[in-house]
Amino acid sequence: MKVAKRTFDAVIVGAGGAGLRAALQLSEAGLRTAVLTKVFPTRSHTVAAQGGVAASLGNTTEDNWHWHMYDTVKGSDWLGDQDAIEFMCKKANEVVVELEHYGMPFDRTDNGKIYQRPFGGHSMNYGQAPVMRSCAAADRTGHAMLHALYQRNVRANTQFFVEWMAMDLIRNTEGDVLGVTAMEMETGEVSIFHAKATIFATGGAGRIYYSSTNAFINTGDGVGMAARAGIPLEDMEFWQFHPTGVAGAGVLITEGVRGEGGILRNDAGERFMERYAPNLKDLASRDVVSRSMVTEINEGRGCGPDKDHVLLDITHLSPENIMKRLPGIREISIQFAGIDPIKAPIPVVPTCHYQMGGIPTNYRGQVVVPKDGSPNSPVVGFYAAGECACASVHGANRLGTNSLLDLLVFGKSAGETVVDDFKSGNLTLKPLPESAADVSLARIARLESQKNGESVHEVRLAMQRTMQKHAGVFRFDNLLKEGVQRILEVAERAKSTEIKDKSQVWNTARTEALELDNLIEVAKATMISAEARKESRGAHVRDDAPDTAERPNGRDDVNWLKHTLWYSADNRLEYKPVNLKPMSADVEPIALAKRTY
Amino acid sequence: MSKRTVQFKIYRYDPDKDQQPYMQDISVELEASDKKLLDALVRLKVVDDTLSFRRSCREGVCGSDAMNINGKNGLACLTDVDSLAQPIALRPLPGLPVIRDLIVDMTQFFKQYHSIKPYLINDEPAPERERLQTPEDRDELNGLYECILCACCSTSCPSFWWNPDKFVGPAGLLAAYRFIADTRDQATSARLDNLEDPYRLFRCHTIMNCVDVCPKGLNPTRAIGKIKDLMVRRAI
Repeated sequence: MKVAKRTFDAVIVGAGGAGLRAALQLSEAGLRTAVLTKVFPTRSHTVAAQGGVAASLGNTTEDNWHWHMYDTVKGSDWLGDQDAIEFMCKKANEVVVELEHYGMPFDRTDNGKIYQRPFGGHSMNYGQAPVMRSCAAADRTGHAMLHALYQRNVRANTQFFVEWMAMDLIRNTEGDVLGVTAMEMETGEVSIFHAKATIFATGGAGRIYYSSTNAFINTGDGVGMAARAGIPLEDMEFWQFHPTGVAGAGVLITEGVRGEGGILRNDAGERFMERYAPNLKDLASRDVVSRSMVTEINEGRGCGPDKDHVLLDITHLSPENIMKRLPGIREISIQFAGIDPIKAPIPVVPTCHYQMGGIPTNYRGQVVVPKDGSPNSPVVGFYAAGECACASVHGANRLGTNSLLDLLVFGKSAGETVVDDFKSGNLTLKPLPESAADVSLARIARLESQKNGESVHEVRLAMQRTMQKHAGVFRFDNLLKEGVQRILEVAERAKSTEIKDKSQVWNTARTEALELDNLIEVAKATMISAEARKESRGAHVRDDAPDTAERPNGRDDVNWLKHTLWYSADNRLEYKPVNLKPMSADVEPIALAKRTY
Repeated sequence: MSKRTVQFKIYRYDPDKDQQPYMQDISVELEASDKKLLDALVRLKVVDDTLSFRRSCREGVCGSDAMNINGKNGLACLTDVDSLAQPIALRPLPGLPVIRDLIVDMTQFFKQYHSIKPYLINDEPAPERERLQTPEDRDELNGLYECILCACCSTSCPSFWWNPDKFVGPAGLLAAYRFIADTRDQATSARLDNLEDPYRLFRCHTIMNCVDVCPKGLNPTRAIGKIKDLMVRRAI
C-alpha cells in the first residue's frame, strides 16, 4: 500500500474540548497545524457534558481558588499532584472567562454574570458548606462549550482532517515522537503525519466497561497508541462511576440535578445520603455517593421489581426551575427512562463515566516518563491533555466540573508549551524511520486476511463483561486476581478478530477492530494496576482494605501514596512519587487527612 | 417489551463493489433492552458488519446518526423502534451525495454553516471578566444555540435540495440568527449583508419541514422569519 506523507509543525489528535483548545493556541500563533479527528469536531464526547465547568468566580457565593484547590486535593484522596492542581485551580477563571469572550452562552445571574450552581465535593472554606462554583449553560454546558470552541477555531482557520482515524504513534530509536499514522475513513488510505510536535487529546476509554455513560467513540485511542509505543500509563486503576446513569440505558444524568436540589432515595423513600455524608449529603464526591448507592442496593434497599436501582427525586422542585435549569435532563429522562422528572423520580445506578488515569504528563502538557533516574522526564515532541492525559489533577477520584476545567486549562497549557518550544527552536523535524508506517500497515493487512477469527463484537463484549464484573465500584481480591487472567485471555483473542467487511470505503467494521486494540490496552492496564494496589483510595475500594483506625477508609499512605505506571510490553508495574508540593512557595501543601463529607 | 423480530428495508451501497444502490430486506431479533432504532442498528451490525452508519453519543446530543426513517429525517438514537411501521425503511439523508450505505457526504452542509461566520464577532478589547448579559437577553438564545448540526432540517428542505450551493439552509440560518440575537455580537449589519441575496436567505419558502423534523424541537423557520424582518426593517 502506498503511504502518503504530510508534514506539519504540529499534529493534534482529537477535536474535543482539549484538542480544540490546544488547536486555538497553535492556530493563533501561526503554526502549521493538522487536527485529526475520527468524528466531526462537534460530535466529540465533550458535547455530552452537562452540569458545568468549575471556576472560583464567586459570582453568587464567596469563593477563591485556594478552596477549590483544597476540594480537588481532598477529592483526589491525595493522589493528585498538588503543583498541577494549584495550576488548574488558579487558571480556572481565566479560561472560563475566555470561553465567555468566545461566545459561549452561559446562563446568567440577575446582575448579568455567569450563572454558577453547587456541585459534588465543591465547598467553601475548606469543606464547611456547598459553594456555587459550577459555571453552567443550562444542563448543556459541554455542548455549549464544544460548539463555542469549534466556532472559535473556524474563525482561526484551523485545519481539520475530519473522519481520520489515528492509528499508531511514530517514535525514533531515541524515543522522540515524530507524529502519527492515520487512516482516512472515506478512502481507507493510510498517511503519515510527520510533525515537530504531537499533541494527544483523544479522550477516555469508558467503553471498556459494559455499562457506561460514554459515547461509542470513547475507545481510548490515544491511550492505546501511547501504550503500544512504550509510554507507560499512569493510575489506570482509578475509574469514576458516576452515581446517576439512567438505570438500564446508562445515559448520564448530571450531578447538577443534585446541585439544583435533587435528592437520592431508597425504596423506603429515605434520603440515605444523610447517613453516609452528614455534611454534604447528596453533594458528597462521586466515589462516595456511588458506593453508598451500591451499598443500599446490596443491602436490599434498592427500588423497582428487581431492587436494582435507587431514585433521583426532583419532584419537589418547581416545574419552571426544571424547565429553565435542567431541560436536557428532562428530555433524556423522558426518552430513556420513560419518566417525566417533574412528576416522578428517575431510576438511576452508578455507571462507568471517567478515566482518572492516562498518559502521564506534567502541568505544561508534556508527556513525562521515567528516564535516567528522573521519574518525570519529558518525551521530546510529545504532549497530551484532557481525559487521555494524567496531569495528575484528579488522582483517585475526580470532582464533577473539574473535567471540563481540565481540558480547558491543560489543552491551553499544552498548546502554549508547544508554541514556546517551537519559538525557542527546541522543536525540530527529525528524520522518519523507514519503518514509520509498518506497524499500521501490518494491522490493516491482518484484518484483510484474517480467517476463522472471532467477531470484534464478541471479543469486545467479553472484555466489557470482564471489566464490569472484576473491576467495578467495589473491588475484591479474588475477583481482581481472576480478572487479570481473564483480561489477558481476552487480549489474546483480540489479536485474531475477523471482519467480514473488506471494503476500502468507510469500513466501520475495520474502525471498530482498530478501536478494540486500543480498548484492550486500557483494560489490561486497569485490571493489572487495580489488582496490584493493595489499599483503598478514592474510586479504588477493596474488600481486603477496610476502614480501620490505623488506616482510615482503608487508605495506606505509608505504602501506597504513589502513582502507578503500567508498561504494555511486559505488563510491568513501576511506581513514582505523588507531588505533595504546590507550584508556588507561598502556597501551603494540603496536608494528608481522612476523607469525610 | 420482550424479545421480538423487526423487519427492515435498508438502502445499501458500497462503491467498492456495488454498481447501483439497492434496498436490502433484513430482519433482526431484538433483546428486551433494545428500545431505540440505534439499538436495533447496532444489533444488525452484529449480524452483518458491512452495514455502515455513523453513531456516537447515543443520546441525541452529538448529531451523528441522522437518517431518513420511514420517509422522515430523524436521529436513530432518539427514535423508538417499536413506534415505527415495518418493514422499517432506512435511507441516507436526502439531497446529499451518498458515500456508503447510510453515510452521506456532509461537505456542502458544513460549507453553508461556515459561510455565515458561525462565531461571535466583537472587536472591542475583551474585558478582564465576563461580558455582562441580562438573563432576559440570554433567554433570546434559547431555541437557537442547542443545534447539534445533525442536518435533519437542511436535508428535508426542498429549497436546499435544489440549491445546496446557494441557499444557506435552515441549520445555517438558525446559526446566523443565534449570533444576530446575541447582545454580545456586534456584526448584525455585516451578517445581514452576507444574507442579502436572492438565494442565501430568501429561498426559504416557509415549507417548515425543518421544524417538523428537528430532533431537538428547534424552529429554524421562526429564526429565518426574524432575519427577514430585520432585513425589511433596515430597508425602510
